[in-house]
Amino acid sequence: MHRTGDLYGQFETLEQQKETASLGMWVFLVTEVLFFGGMFLTYTINRSAFSTAFGIGSNTLDITLGAGNTVVLIMSSLTMAMAVWSAQVGKKKLVSIFLIATLGLGTVFLGVKGVEYKQKFDHHLIPGHGFDMKYHPTHPMPGDDPKELALEKKEVEEALAHDPDINFHGQLYFSLYFGMTGLHALHMIIGAGLLIWLIKGSFAGRFTPQYNTPVEVVGLYWHFVDIVWIYLFPLLYLIDRHR
Amino acid sequence: MSEHIVSPKIYFAIFASLMLGTGITVWAAFQNFGKLNIVIALVIATIKATLVVLYFMHARYSPKRTQLVIICSIFWLAIMLGMTLSDYDTRPHEMQPGVTRLEPPAAPQAFTA
Amino acid sequence: MTHEDYLNATYGIRSWLLTTDHKRIALLWLGSVTFFFFIGGILATMIRIHLLTPTGALVSPETYNKLFTMHGVAMIFFFLIPSIPAVLGNFLIPLMIGAKDLAFPKINLLSWYIYIVGGIFVLYSFGTGGLDTGWTFYTPLSSVYSNSAVTPAVIGIFINGFSSILTGLNFIVTIHTMRAPGMTWFRLPLFAWAHYATSLVMILGTPVVAITLLLAGLERMFHLGFFNPALGGDPILFQHLFWFYSHPAVYIMILPAMGVISEIIPTFARKPIFGYSFIAGSSIAIAVIGFVVWAHHMFVTGESTYAALTFSFLSYLVAIPSAVKVFNWTSTLYKGSISWDAPMLYALGFIGLFTIGGLTGLFLACLGLDIHIHDTYFVVAHFHYIMVGGAVMGYVGGIHFWWPKITGRLYPEALSRAAAVTLFVGFNLTFFPQFILGYLGMPRRYHTYPPEFQVLNVLSTAGASILALGYLLPMAYLTWSMRYGKVAGPNPWPATGLEWTTDSPPPTENFHVTPEVTWEPYDFQDRPDLGLAAGSPSPAPAHGDD
Repeated sequence: MHRTGDLYGQFETLEQQKETASLGMWVFLVTEVLFFGGMFLTYTINRSAFSTAFGIGSNTLDITLGAGNTVVLIMSSLTMAMAVWSAQVGKKKLVSIFLIATLGLGTVFLGVKGVEYKQKFDHHLIPGHGFDMKYHPTHPMPGDDPKELALEKKEVEEALAHDPDINFHGQLYFSLYFGMTGLHALHMIIGAGLLIWLIKGSFAGRFTPQYNTPVEVVGLYWHFVDIVWIYLFPLLYLIDRHR
Repeated sequence: MSEHIVSPKIYFAIFASLMLGTGITVWAAFQNFGKLNIVIALVIATIKATLVVLYFMHARYSPKRTQLVIICSIFWLAIMLGMTLSDYDTRPHEMQPGVTRLEPPAAPQAFTA
Repeated sequence: MTHEDYLNATYGIRSWLLTTDHKRIALLWLGSVTFFFFIGGILATMIRIHLLTPTGALVSPETYNKLFTMHGVAMIFFFLIPSIPAVLGNFLIPLMIGAKDLAFPKINLLSWYIYIVGGIFVLYSFGTGGLDTGWTFYTPLSSVYSNSAVTPAVIGIFINGFSSILTGLNFIVTIHTMRAPGMTWFRLPLFAWAHYATSLVMILGTPVVAITLLLAGLERMFHLGFFNPALGGDPILFQHLFWFYSHPAVYIMILPAMGVISEIIPTFARKPIFGYSFIAGSSIAIAVIGFVVWAHHMFVTGESTYAALTFSFLSYLVAIPSAVKVFNWTSTLYKGSISWDAPMLYALGFIGLFTIGGLTGLFLACLGLDIHIHDTYFVVAHFHYIMVGGAVMGYVGGIHFWWPKITGRLYPEALSRAAAVTLFVGFNLTFFPQFILGYLGMPRRYHTYPPEFQVLNVLSTAGASILALGYLLPMAYLTWSMRYGKVAGPNPWPATGLEWTTDSPPPTENFHVTPEVTWEPYDFQDRPDLGLAAGSPSPAPAHGDD
């Protein structure tokens, strides 16, 4: 089907095209809810069965980085919404600025995630061969606080008494940690790609009050990815923190 | 369909609420509310998610059809979670995952990719 | 005579492989699903030959496991699930609603390419050691202990899932936003309603099997423990996640066929369909209720008794909307002016065979009875009655019904009727003995059986050879007709849908003028534009060998 201006050939009006694109993205997001939902179900079953291991696992995550990332991502949702608004009111320069801000914040998020993953690798907490929850407490690394390390050691030993299979069950926690945050990060990388495409279009002045559907539609996707993180953060980072 | 343009004031107000929610979530995690800890965390997360859906994603100003799509996705997720959990919740204790302890194999006989 | 249509509008392989015309994409699908039908069919042939003798005539036990697994994977994921939606749905839905194309033509093409990539992964798995876990991939066999090529197969099916999701997404959005003026929801053909319901299932269910297979594949590659009891995991969790999709998947396979039947019956009874809104509503009901019955596949594998009770009860409920359809189709026939054309023969066969298949599902949904017949040939017969006697007959009947529209040619009528009868006879001879075998206790997925079951197995294999003929005949004469068949007019039957108001084959843009709909569906009395008026004699269907 051929395109005349912004209107693709299978549509009669720009209004129909916009309505269609928007509905298409919402229906796609439904599939994403069920896609992530399968992992949330796996999480639920495993957490209720192995709460001790999940608690220990969660406590090895850095809450400052996690909360910080949450703030960064929510901020990126704000800048994304502002990008849509800028297009709607015809402020073309602001569109580019807000899109670039969104991309920047998203990149910060991914960078922090990379730092966290590296830390897990160093502490032998990547599931598979070599996974060992007792490794870090018995192998201090530069920069570790000795008091915190001693607390961690005590926690792991207590947990072991409670649950002799703590390494197996802890591995389940970390499999879910990497699986869920990894899938989330993959979606953010795809989102970053979409943002780059939008930024190119915004430099060319493509997005106007009459035609800003791509910005809105990518925005819907970006907000959804933010919502997934809004659930991931407490479920992965904040288990048994009051101990 | 005339487009409803949401004002930046609302966006910033929602952003502030989301920041507040994040702060409360972290604070609450460090208090001992027992079984309620997870409930509080999920309730706050759901409020935050609802704000994002309604205002950032413009669901409040979208046609009824969009709202139906959103509700369906939540409903189907609830079916999947609820009915599966109903199996686990009504199983006898020894059938719960991890209860009947199996000796792990001494040398893994598993397939290596 | 050579007016421009979608087939001759442009030439060359690039114009086909890079097309965004939904009609050409439908033909790309036709070729590829037929290819996988052959693969699945050859595997079925090997199974039936092997089962001619009690100790197994053809292959080793390990190979036998691979035969039935690959047969299931090829047929379910690469033939049945796409077949009607991707071939007939893609071709017809824009025509039926008066649109120029689907909402997202490029995504439509992408869906086919994703299917091809998924298919290549699965064929690679078949060719490098095969697959022996059953199409159900139960853990920990699939994720830990199997020595077959599970990983590429799981990747292939995962990829293929996105093809299904994109097709469903396209249909839902198209039906919402692309209808021609006057085409209200309750003037839509029931084929469109059926595909809308199917698309709901595709959207809501497929992502779950995608994540499930992803988790099982990761478990296999990295020795994680979600579904492995030795590491604290639960195999039943895999089954819950797997069947959450795979049960609704069977509705993906049958709902479109029901949509085809709802188009054929009124046409060849020359009567409006009885209970239009009930048939439309029952499609949605099947899609919805179909999502809450999945654990009836797990009655004997370890779910709790209370869950089993709930799912058994709900499984009885899901039969009701299907029964509503059967009653409405039958009522349509009453006092109709019946023509025994090939599509009608397939549709009538569908009603009978689907009813048997559906009723035997109720046997299986009964908890006490299921303990006896679960994992026996009773189950195998049950689902083949629905999938083959139902879905495939609907597919073949639909191909016949819309063949003149797709190709502009008529097929030889006498031969087509003979083929339909051959199919029906071959099918029943193949699968009815399997009900008896199952009830007598012959387990499924076993490479041997007690000698007293041999007669029934031989009957089944004999039937399979007749069934094969029933499939090969249409492939032959339909191909022949593309070149030598009588040229068809726009509306040979005649039928009342919008697709029959345009040329056969249609022009690329479907309609020269955007239609405006002012009539109710299936109105055989008041359509002067189609030559159908109250009081005047009904035109007889045009035939390829008149």
